[in-house]
Amino acid sequence: MKALEVENVVKDFGHLRSLAGVSMKVDQGERRVILGPNGAGKTTLFHTIRGVHIVTEGTVRLFGQDVTRLPAHRRVKLGLGGTFQITNLFPELTVFETLFLGAQALERGCFAFFRPAGWSRKAVSRVRELIDEWDLAPVQDAFTKELSYGQQRQLEVILAMTGKPRLLLLDEPTAGLSPAETASMTRFLSGLSRDMTILLIEHDMDVAFEVADQVTVLYFGEVLAEGTCAEVQRDGRVRDIYLGQQV
Amino acid sequence: MRSARKTILMILAVAAASAVVGPFLSTYYVGLLAQALIFAIFAMGLDILVGYAGLPSLGHSAFFGSSAYVAGLFTLHVTNNFWLTALAGVAAALLIGALFGFLTIRTSGSSFLMITLALSQVLWGVAFKWRSVTGGEDGLSGIRRPELGIPWDLTSAHSYFYLVLAIFLLAGVGMALFVRSPVGLALQGIRESESRMQALGYHVWTFKYLAYVFASGMAGVAGVLYVYFNNFVSPNYLGVAFSAQALLMVILGGAGNLVGAIFGSGIIVILQHVISDFTERWMLIIGVIYVVVVLFFPKGLLGATRRRRSPAAVTSVTASEEAAE
Repeated sequence: MKALEVENVVKDFGHLRSLAGVSMKVDQGERRVILGPNGAGKTTLFHTIRGVHIVTEGTVRLFGQDVTRLPAHRRVKLGLGGTFQITNLFPELTVFETLFLGAQALERGCFAFFRPAGWSRKAVSRVRELIDEWDLAPVQDAFTKELSYGQQRQLEVILAMTGKPRLLLLDEPTAGLSPAETASMTRFLSGLSRDMTILLIEHDMDVAFEVADQVTVLYFGEVLAEGTCAEVQRDGRVRDIYLGQQV
Repeated sequence: MRSARKTILMILAVAAASAVVGPFLSTYYVGLLAQALIFAIFAMGLDILVGYAGLPSLGHSAFFGSSAYVAGLFTLHVTNNFWLTALAGVAAALLIGALFGFLTIRTSGSSFLMITLALSQVLWGVAFKWRSVTGGEDGLSGIRRPELGIPWDLTSAHSYFYLVLAIFLLAGVGMALFVRSPVGLALQGIRESESRMQALGYHVWTFKYLAYVFASGMAGVAGVLYVYFNNFVSPNYLGVAFSAQALLMVILGGAGNLVGAIFGSGIIVILQHVISDFTERWMLIIGVIYVVVVLFFPKGLLGATRRRRSPAAVTSVTASEEAAE
């Protein structure tokens, strides 16, 4: 069973065709990087997988299940997690509260009205686990807005993992990070468990080739090339449209 | 995780202080206190929408007023039993909240503000025009104080004040627990970032809807108490001035702070009575106060009381940042 299957996905915004028949398959445990110039449809592709946008045509399957018409919050329950291109956290909540929201999301009793928010021992212990694992204890009571930008980007990835997702979608996790922070984020991503499949949009080639098993290159809403890092680097068309600009 | 303890203690303190000074106050001042407590319930409910769920409503009087009308009509035509009329009033508020919620929760920000305003104006229009039932512009008068079914006569200002106080305590503690419950925390998450909450697996609409209906019910509780306080109900109870006044109480105390809403209510009720001794144009003064608060205390008078990070935590954040590099 594949972690993700996207078949002939088309997404139109009015007269603008953002995705023009994209197909890809991602194995479980794989690290797949999506490359492509601005406007290639990378984030749109993510949004159709997430369920933020419903596709115009085509099929999306998560772990063998057809989710094409499923709303976003239901897809999360199938094991989908992810981060956003632009930092998207809860500025006025503390780090602990932020992670707790992630942990309680998939618990049954999250509709409870009159019990204290620390009700779920399971959720609390999951948060403690993450805090220990990623050394967040010194900042657990700080408001998210008080963290450095690099810490916020890292917290986003950790938050995405609170529900133990099987497929993680990361939209440019290193965007705006300093070289030192980028190196730290790359180590962080490389160290993540192989139980998780990771789909990553990345502009930084060093990060992309460090993390990726396979690369898919999008260009004007279509898959231009797909293969290992070496194969994609050798591909002449990819060099022309994308890598060429970088070198 | 912030707990409800501090808020509940503050509510208990306010209630205890009111209970102690109550017997020593004249009929006029005990009435003022009762009115402040009634509006505190109204404002706290609105604060759940504005401060916790991030939904600024300018039509919250819809639920306050419809509950007041239903309770008033019940008293005049059906029964004088407080529990039954209160139940009917609050049920009406909840029902209208549940109905309006379907229309309003799709929107946010200023569209939410406008649609809540519009819907409350519809109800105001109904109350204004439907003379045979609502008494039109004159409203319904002669609504007697109800019977509690226990040997506690509500006719005196002091005895009614204690009923208000007891309900204030119950409602206040209930709301304090609500905002610190899983739903309350989720609402704050939604206020901060809807798309993030959705990505975490929350069905955002349901949570906002729940908050909306809950806040409607609280406005209903306040509406019932107010109709018996004044022995009267008029279309003003459904008007935009009432909604704006409640919103001002929330902003004055600091949105996202239930205790702030109580203080906001106290300040507005007192000011209104002090100012109206000098001029009829107290709305003008209230408007000036609003501008001053927004300019100089954007987080409200109690907004500054939110827990600050301790210096120790600041150092350790910096230390861990350095360690990371």
